[in-house]
Amino acid sequence: MKMPPMLRQLLHRRIVLVAAVVLLIIAVLAIGAPWFASFDPNDTAVLQRLKGPSSEHLMGTDELGRDMYARIVHGARYSLAIAALTALGSVIAGTLLGLVAGFFRRLDAPLMRVVDAMMSFPDILLAIALVAILGPSLVNVVLALVLVYTPRVARVVRASTLVVRELLFVEAVRALGVRTSRILWRHILPNLMSPILVQVSFIFAYAILAEAGLSFLGVGVPPEIPTWGTMVAGGQQYAHQAFWVVLFPGLAIIFTALSLQMLGDGVRDLLDPKLKKAL
Amino acid sequence: MTTPLIEVRNLKTYFGGSTRPVRAVDDVSFAIARGETLGLVGESGSGKSTIGRSVLRLVEPTAGQVLYRGADIGALASEPLRKLRSKLQIIFQDPYASLNPKMRIGAILDEALATHGLHPGKGARARRVAELLELVGLRAEHASRFPHEFSGGQRQRIGVARALAVEPEFIVADEPLSALDVSIQSQVINLLAELRERLSLTMLFISHDLDVVEYLCDRVVVLYLGKVMEVAKTEALFERALHPYTRALLAASPKPDPTQPSVHVALQGDIPSPIAPPSGCVFRTRCPHAIDACAEHVPALEEVEPGRWAACIRKEIVSMRVAA
Amino acid sequence: MEADPSTNPRIEPRLAVQRLSTSFPTEGGLVHAVADVSFSIAPGKTTALVGESGSGKSVTSLTLMRLLAKTANARVSGVARFATREGRSVDLLKIDEQALRALRGNQLSMIFQEPMTSLNPVLTVGEQIAEGVRLHKGLGRSAALADAKRMLDLVEIPAADRRVHEYPHQLSGGMRQRVMIAIAMACDPTLLIADEPTTALDVTIQAQILALMRKLQAETGMSILFITHNLGVVAHHADDVVVMYAGRVVESAPVRPLFAAPAHPYTQGLLACLPGRARLAGRAGQPRPARLFAIRGQVASPLAPPPGCAFEPRCDLAIAACRDAMPELLATGAAREARCIRVAAALPEAA
Repeated sequence: MKMPPMLRQLLHRRIVLVAAVVLLIIAVLAIGAPWFASFDPNDTAVLQRLKGPSSEHLMGTDELGRDMYARIVHGARYSLAIAALTALGSVIAGTLLGLVAGFFRRLDAPLMRVVDAMMSFPDILLAIALVAILGPSLVNVVLALVLVYTPRVARVVRASTLVVRELLFVEAVRALGVRTSRILWRHILPNLMSPILVQVSFIFAYAILAEAGLSFLGVGVPPEIPTWGTMVAGGQQYAHQAFWVVLFPGLAIIFTALSLQMLGDGVRDLLDPKLKKAL
Repeated sequence: MTTPLIEVRNLKTYFGGSTRPVRAVDDVSFAIARGETLGLVGESGSGKSTIGRSVLRLVEPTAGQVLYRGADIGALASEPLRKLRSKLQIIFQDPYASLNPKMRIGAILDEALATHGLHPGKGARARRVAELLELVGLRAEHASRFPHEFSGGQRQRIGVARALAVEPEFIVADEPLSALDVSIQSQVINLLAELRERLSLTMLFISHDLDVVEYLCDRVVVLYLGKVMEVAKTEALFERALHPYTRALLAASPKPDPTQPSVHVALQGDIPSPIAPPSGCVFRTRCPHAIDACAEHVPALEEVEPGRWAACIRKEIVSMRVAA
Repeated sequence: MEADPSTNPRIEPRLAVQRLSTSFPTEGGLVHAVADVSFSIAPGKTTALVGESGSGKSVTSLTLMRLLAKTANARVSGVARFATREGRSVDLLKIDEQALRALRGNQLSMIFQEPMTSLNPVLTVGEQIAEGVRLHKGLGRSAALADAKRMLDLVEIPAADRRVHEYPHQLSGGMRQRVMIAIAMACDPTLLIADEPTTALDVTIQAQILALMRKLQAETGMSILFITHNLGVVAHHADDVVVMYAGRVVESAPVRPLFAAPAHPYTQGLLACLPGRARLAGRAGQPRPARLFAIRGQVASPLAPPPGCAFEPRCDLAIAACRDAMPELLATGAAREARCIRVAAALPEAA
């Protein structure tokens, strides 16, 4: 199987390769959850509660007798979906914001003041406040996290836009009479892809952690929805007698976030010198 | 007398703060007739590149007027200006940075055509792209390649093709040869001369290389620290320069012939900063003929002889019969 | 045959380079940046190394000073005999690091094209000049600083007392280049390698710097290896010229004979395509050419060199035999050499 050269270079570092494999496994498990788990994640069986890992229940059962393994695998769907939507949403919004602020001098100052204001709040506190205002639901958690991470993307995109805007080939197409919208879309944006891609992978990681944190604190998704965070929250009080109830969701969070971070590092290192060379 | 194609009146372009701005262009006026090639000559800080960009409103002038066919283009709103750009084009100094590294050159040229609705239709544009490439001495199959696959000279040809794609009447050539090897320079000089002839182009040729200016230009404007020192027909200027700065500039350029008299150092000192130009005549700090009165007023550009202008209060120096 | 442009063959050259070659391993293969380069510089004379991109002129100077990056993994061969002040003859390419360091900045100095990046922005100009003095002459701080002031005077920087405490960013481009020269001259070198020292400077400043270098050479008797692509500068500031193309010497001659009658087709082409020559032709009564002479094509990629002569694809005088083998560098006259079979064939006695 022929790999595009950039992918090959990316996976050249062992840690990135490991991270990519871990993420692949998690993603496959998440997508194929019903086929990978023999139990229904919502099936309560009070008689089976807080049973340790066994051949029947690979990761044990939680406080309501539900199979942990099934919940982890199904939870992956929700956690990953929330994080992915957050990453996507904040990157789109942040890029739009950053492009406009970086390209149009008059809009730069007012837009960046808004961004600065939002970034002056610690992520989690801002997220909590937003969820409190909007109300706890899956959609609102995504919305809140998008609002939290958009400023970060906007800043990075604006910085790169300021650089690319001054490049000679941009002045050249301006001199040709190319419309501003086309300049932004066809000339500036493609040259921002590197920092944007790096941001996508990092925000994905942050979002996993943030959602987990919010749910753990009880201000994230409603507890009926099995995300890893709600699992940790729900099993918290039983941790001392049944450590597996918090261990496995915790490990899932750690592995996923860590792998995403490693992947993000790899993408950034790969694209950085290339960016300089391309520019 | 017919209206000049391009006329610049009292152009000023300042950069930076309002208290101590960089006076890149400080009250420059000249006109270019249809079909003429005007040379802008000067060293660092002369403002020649800024003038080129100001004339096209790539950099907005601070004051003064730029007239195209008698109409002030400074008054144009963004959309009419954008449409006008097809008539007023530019070739840049750096052939490496002036092309988008992520676009194939066929796409670069296609974009130029599409922007102004020329040769509508993908097929028609592709045919025109091939024509343009051959016009500048490249081949049609080069359209599918990226800029980094070409040499400096070839990229400069692509830059020329792009400028010509929109069918301009007037081209600003901003030091188009400076980044090229000597043996490639003559290729590009020939290309520009041939295309200028074939397409009846009017040119503003900006350069610090006096030999090239002498070869390509009909008239020359000599700049120093944002101001005009001398204007003359090329042959007259190079045969007998009037202004002390022009004389020093010509004397300082080494001629590629060891039997010619050796270069003598005419000017001491450094070029002053455009942030704090000298009062009165900006050249007086290095001029071998400066007197006290030179510090008092900015000398006006006067017609010292028919067709020859110089900005110097010392008329007796300017009319000295000194060969360049 | 080794080129020795000195008019008196008994005077030992300051620098005698023989069959210098530098190659770099790259992804695409081995790049022969410099191949089989030989030339000498007599004491007190200036030899110009002329060439365009890819000629190898800069790599030649870096190889001589052993300033190539270690990561480049360069393969160097050949001899570079340098006559030291003490009367010994050392091979610059073979002596150990310590011995080389004793020479560099001392008897053998180099100045570069970009004075801004060649000067340390966080040290004063005086400190940078004094550094070499303290290292090589062993002077103390105040003595070295006094020396630095003396050097600034020597390179004609006004108000040297004040300037010696200034930082590079406070000086103009021309002044920074003078500081570079001061650093290079601080220990009285016998050989100065100047790599495109005036290319980044304005024409009026360039004239000042060239005049300064001339004056210093007259006063100290140092030799200069002047690397440039500007033939106008070569015409007036070099005694001997070595023309390089694609890593090899294609012609070498004293300056006047070279300009009067260039032998190699590349040299001929290079001179013919200068608009300055067109102007001079116009002056001399010959009609001005409607088209400038242009050498067609461009330099071949070092990874895909032409078979035979490197210049053949662009040469108007090329014949079929030119593709067979790389021509030898042969003597074509008094202190003249050219690497061309057409030139060799035209000589009175066949080589």
